[in-house]
Amino acid sequence: MAEGIRDKVAIIGMGCSRFGERWDCGPEELMQEAFDEAVPDAGIDREQIEAAWLGVFFQEQSTGKSGLPLSQALRLPNIPVTRVENLCATGTEALRGAVYAVASGACDVAMAMGVEKLKDTGYAGLPERTRGSFEDLWQPLATAPGSFAQLATAYARKHGRSMDEIRRAMAHISVKSHDNALKNEKAHLRRPITEEQVLNAPMVAYPLGVLDCCGVSDGAACAIVTTVENARRMGRRDMVVIKALQLAPSNGWELSSSEWDGAHTLTTRLAAKKAYQEAGIKDPLAELDLFEVHDCFSITELVLMEDLGLSAPGRAVDDVLNGKYDMDGELPCQVDGGLKCFGHPIGSSGLRMAYEIYLQLSGKAGARQLDSPTLGLTHNLGGVPNRNVASVSILGLHHA
Amino acid sequence: MSRTPGGARTFANWDEDSVTMGVEAARQALTRLTGGSSGAHESSVMLQSLQLASTTFPFADRSNAGLIREALNLNNDLSPADLGGSRRAAVSGLLSLLNRDSGQHLLCASDCVDAKPGSDSEYSTGHAAASAVIGDGKPLALLRASGSLHEDFVDQYRMTGQTFDYPLEPRWVRDAGTMQQLGQLIPHVLDQAQLTAGDIQWLLLPTDVPTGRALAGKCGLGDARTAEALQKSLGMSGAAYPLVMLAWALEQAQPGDNILLAGAGQGFDLLLFEVQPSVKDHQGKVPAHTTVEAQLDAGQPEENYTRYLGLRRLLDLDTGIRGERDNRTAQSAFYRRHEDITGFNGGRCSACDKLQFPMSRYCVHCHADDTQIPEPMAGLQGEVNSYTEDWLALTPRPPLMFGNIHFPGSANVMMEFSDFLPGELAAGMRVKMSFRIKELDTRRHFRRYFWKPVPLAQGDRDG
Repeated sequence: MAEGIRDKVAIIGMGCSRFGERWDCGPEELMQEAFDEAVPDAGIDREQIEAAWLGVFFQEQSTGKSGLPLSQALRLPNIPVTRVENLCATGTEALRGAVYAVASGACDVAMAMGVEKLKDTGYAGLPERTRGSFEDLWQPLATAPGSFAQLATAYARKHGRSMDEIRRAMAHISVKSHDNALKNEKAHLRRPITEEQVLNAPMVAYPLGVLDCCGVSDGAACAIVTTVENARRMGRRDMVVIKALQLAPSNGWELSSSEWDGAHTLTTRLAAKKAYQEAGIKDPLAELDLFEVHDCFSITELVLMEDLGLSAPGRAVDDVLNGKYDMDGELPCQVDGGLKCFGHPIGSSGLRMAYEIYLQLSGKAGARQLDSPTLGLTHNLGGVPNRNVASVSILGLHHA
Repeated sequence: MSRTPGGARTFANWDEDSVTMGVEAARQALTRLTGGSSGAHESSVMLQSLQLASTTFPFADRSNAGLIREALNLNNDLSPADLGGSRRAAVSGLLSLLNRDSGQHLLCASDCVDAKPGSDSEYSTGHAAASAVIGDGKPLALLRASGSLHEDFVDQYRMTGQTFDYPLEPRWVRDAGTMQQLGQLIPHVLDQAQLTAGDIQWLLLPTDVPTGRALAGKCGLGDARTAEALQKSLGMSGAAYPLVMLAWALEQAQPGDNILLAGAGQGFDLLLFEVQPSVKDHQGKVPAHTTVEAQLDAGQPEENYTRYLGLRRLLDLDTGIRGERDNRTAQSAFYRRHEDITGFNGGRCSACDKLQFPMSRYCVHCHADDTQIPEPMAGLQGEVNSYTEDWLALTPRPPLMFGNIHFPGSANVMMEFSDFLPGELAAGMRVKMSFRIKELDTRRHFRRYFWKPVPLAQGDRDG
């Protein structure tokens, strides 16, 4: 059996642009902003980067295709740049490429960059796009909120919970993320809200109101990685290392089988199980110190608490309402504000999550720094509940 | 639209047209023919021909009748034909089929003629579809006599490509047209059948009420039942109207009744039917919720005139940036899967016996290879497992409602609902399938069709 990626690769530098409606810059400037933070943080010369991975989702309306946008924006010295795309797991996919590259020994230092420039598309939400030439013939002309709203009605049916209590838990999730983002200067949405405001917000897709939806943001995030041995040679002692990188795409079962209850994300469960195994985690609730999940909508975050094995089936509503995942709760979730408030520039979101864990484990999280965390998890869910790509990554503090 | 004391007119939802309504009418006719539940037995019927009569075909060059054949998974060794050019087309087609020697023939008549906003036609025009099976089998009615008259009498017209009829002076139409032409034909047909006016129990005329009354008086048919009630609740519905009247009469007629049915348009076709004993069996089999009267009662009321104009695309509404999405249909991709899409055929795995949509080489349930056997799903009832009302998505009738539908056999399909109002959907609710317009490509003037879950009628639930 393969031994996995655990403890082989260290993140030696990270950067993240300010997220938001960045009318002031294009994707090039966003990448430069993240890069300008990451390179000095890594303590390397930019020429030491030997290969790079670029994650972009909506390339048509922002950067264009290929690895060229990154190569050109950063004037990279003609090193290999691979452009990757895997829905909302795109940023994590870029990180996977860079991590695997250094782990394989193909290069010593590699970079992952994720970027999205959504606010040049002209849409208030996400742009319309084809689902594929066959899928367009029969699949609903659904929006992202409409697709994720399905989780709520199916969850209510499966667990016999009233929509009122589910919506209260959803509101708690949004309020918590807004509160957390107040301590994050790079976050898109930085104002406190109340549960009452969430519950009374204009409906977007029942039962999701506008305050149940994450920000549609511009932004970029960047990671520079090397092997643990190289990092040690660079003089690093306490370093953030990759404990697990797992990815699970749907194979069509949720789309076509009524045996899927519609109230959970199968791929998250599969990826999480493998990631815990790869990282050697037996009890995630006890061992993790913080986590960042794909809270594109409040209901997504709610069901993910169960899919990641942190809440018992049907009990996430109670755990959320009891503050289990608040900043001062048993296991803080979205301490940087999450997709909800930090924002969701799709291609960069996976790396933005890794950025937060990296800052927290490195003790660099400033006003929102948790007390000595050593293990954190990031999760992406690309696509929609009935067909998606889930990634679960675990980062840990390693003493070499 | 349901009946109100002040009268009502039926109109098609934004996702209905002459093809989709023709499909629904044909399903009902075939269901009554085979005695099965809707959609379950269509493919067991072997037709000699399939014709669709309309003056509002969505396609000028693509077989509209052929779309109905595919939607119903009917045998493809027939030549589907579109009968158009006049609202008389259905009755002319009916007459032609009644003179065939053998086999079974399906005739659909479906029309969605829109009235120009503000015109008198708004008072008289409705949308409808009806269908009849002609030929072998136990007849509900036999043709006893017929007569036809053609004269280029332009009582109304619509040039190709135009949306609205141009009506002429009603009194001229009545006095110089209908009274003269039908005034000649009625005695002629009665003579042929060796009947007198007193032998006629039903007088089904596609004319306005005053003209019909005047004609009945002139021809001594004042005691015959007419379809005046339909005019008040349905409206004149183009080529479909005569067949709707006939279906309505056959749901009530007694064996031995004689029915005079006219089709109008540059003269008339006039058919005289004698109702047969098997009509009682037919009336016993017709599910109560599918009679013409019951369907008129079950319509969804719409009293918002602006919304009506929007739904009928009679207002140039802004669709926002989401309407700018290029919605081109990849016809080659469609052709590869046209039977799956139009006929709503899923696949049943011969290894695990479970159903799935869409079909694929590898079973989604057990991963067996090349075990899928096509199976129509349109006749199945589904169960709503999840749903939403999406106010952000682009749809002519916000909100866009869609959800995961569970089907017997372990299949799940995410589908767009139709005919539900906000607040009506619930998880666990049962739904039936209806053939509808899926999306419009306004840039290329194309439309795609697929099936949508719609509310059950009371009779569907009982069944």
